[in-house]
Amino acid sequence: MGRIVLDKVTKSFGDVQVIPPLDLTIEDGEFTVFVGPSGCGKSTLLRLIAGLEDVSTGQIRIDRQDATMVPPAKRGLAMVFQSYALYPHMSVRKNIAFPLRMAKLDQAEIDRRVTGAAEVLNLTDYLDRRPGQLSGGQRQRVAIGRAIVREPAAFLFDEPLSNLDAALRVGMRLEISELHERLKTTMIYVTHDQVEAMTMADKIVVLRAGNIEQVGSPLELYREPRNLFVAGFIGSPRMNFIEGPEAAKLGAKTIGIRPEHITVSDSEGPWSGVVSVSEHLGSDTYFHVHDTGLAETITVRADGEVGFRHGDRIHLTPRMDVMQRFDAEGLRIA
Amino acid sequence: MARAVTPQRKVINTALAWGVGLLIFFPILWTILTSFKTEAQAIADPPLFLNFDWTLENYAIVQERSDYMRFLWNSVIIAGGSTLLGIVIAVPAAWSMAFVPGRWTKDILLWMLSTKMLPAVGVLYPIYLIFIKLGLLDSRGGLVVVLMLINLPIIVWMLYTYFKEIPGEILEAARMDGAGLREELLYVLTPMAIPGIASTVLLNIILAWNEAFWTLNLTAAKAAPLTAFIASYSSPEGLFYAKLSAASTMAIAPILILGWFSQKQLVRGLTFGAVK
Repeated sequence: MGRIVLDKVTKSFGDVQVIPPLDLTIEDGEFTVFVGPSGCGKSTLLRLIAGLEDVSTGQIRIDRQDATMVPPAKRGLAMVFQSYALYPHMSVRKNIAFPLRMAKLDQAEIDRRVTGAAEVLNLTDYLDRRPGQLSGGQRQRVAIGRAIVREPAAFLFDEPLSNLDAALRVGMRLEISELHERLKTTMIYVTHDQVEAMTMADKIVVLRAGNIEQVGSPLELYREPRNLFVAGFIGSPRMNFIEGPEAAKLGAKTIGIRPEHITVSDSEGPWSGVVSVSEHLGSDTYFHVHDTGLAETITVRADGEVGFRHGDRIHLTPRMDVMQRFDAEGLRIA
Repeated sequence: MARAVTPQRKVINTALAWGVGLLIFFPILWTILTSFKTEAQAIADPPLFLNFDWTLENYAIVQERSDYMRFLWNSVIIAGGSTLLGIVIAVPAAWSMAFVPGRWTKDILLWMLSTKMLPAVGVLYPIYLIFIKLGLLDSRGGLVVVLMLINLPIIVWMLYTYFKEIPGEILEAARMDGAGLREELLYVLTPMAIPGIASTVLLNIILAWNEAFWTLNLTAAKAAPLTAFIASYSSPEGLFYAKLSAASTMAIAPILILGWFSQKQLVRGLTFGAVK
């Protein structure tokens, strides 16, 4: 079981309040991602849940038990750190066995669980190596192994993939998702990468300056962002925002349209502009269009290969059914 | 950074380095040589370098007159005991300063170091009185405590700098893995800091071994270590250079040998953190 409830939790460092009063419930078995720009308090929030930082006020409950003052060792949570934080003086086997040794399990049980975790994570051949002799991806797997052997109530991941190269990151992302499918254990995952958030999460918590901007499933956030910040943060490339007469026509201060919801044409469309940069990915083509009179740059994503080049004048047609409207406060108008 | 070093330059540098090394080592060498001379040869003018009749009689006399082993044993107990006690106290202290620094941590560190700026003789009187009251005069236990306190600032400082190099996330990982404070210190921090702790121990043993001021002032016969053993040969009735040298050689030999075998560890320890 791993239901985690944050009840009016705040955190201050000295006079600076980094987490204003915050309520959040993470259901048992859920894969929750905290996402936001750097400095938004997502890692602090995770460390509060872990017990590595003390909350200033409020309460944290894990499975109905008040865990606010419980030390990290006793919360029954496992954590995977960005730097892996392996014990450099211990072999992989001892690293993975460490939490079990701390839990005073008998040696046979420790061996059984370490062998099991090593098999799942493809580490069997490396059990007698030191962390220093492993690659980044292997180290991260050891860190995950150390977390899974103790069968925790929940896993906490603190930007676990940001030290890996791009190709490895995609692979590890899948491995973590598969792990969640198999274990069905609560996972809380912190990242600044909205792609990781979108692909892995059951529930995304978007944070800005310690405040929760929106909580919802990836597609809810994509389709119905609560405000400009969430609309801009979720989705890649970023949503285009247009102010002025074009927005006023729709009764809004700002309108937002995603790059994939604009079609391009060389002859017709309500908007027009000049291609500044075109990025040809094969599967998609991105155009950065200037001189539209709407915003400095309008980004467009077209399916497949589309042959416009720098300097071409093109016409754009937004899909009006998915156009987002925002009021003067930046809140979405339903 | 490549720099051309000509062969001549290399020879000159090597000669220079040997020259400086010998200059530093010369007093010790002279002491060792003198210990093998007769008393007359020891004060001969001009001084005799190697062309004298080598004799072991000084060592025999010194051993006969005083029980070297007893002094040696006292030195081992006092240097080893004060170091061990110091480490036991300094590891948690340095841990807290390095990983959970408070508002006053920097000041406390500096304040601790400032006690080393005080001339030892300034506190001799109060400590002497305390020793009398507690019945600690001429006891090994008393000296262990005093030498531990004298060197504690250095031990804490050294360990603090080593601990600072250890990423805090590893200790947090240990906490998440269910380790209490004791396990965290015992299984994670200490093993990772072994090189640092080893050089701290070595340096502290050397400092405690050579400590003369407190050992001379607070001991008489029972707990006297090798420093007192040497001092007993510089008597007012007249100087016996050869015997004094023999006593000195016997006193410094153990620590010299220890230092020789652990020089790598010592150099690493003393330059640790200088270059990242």
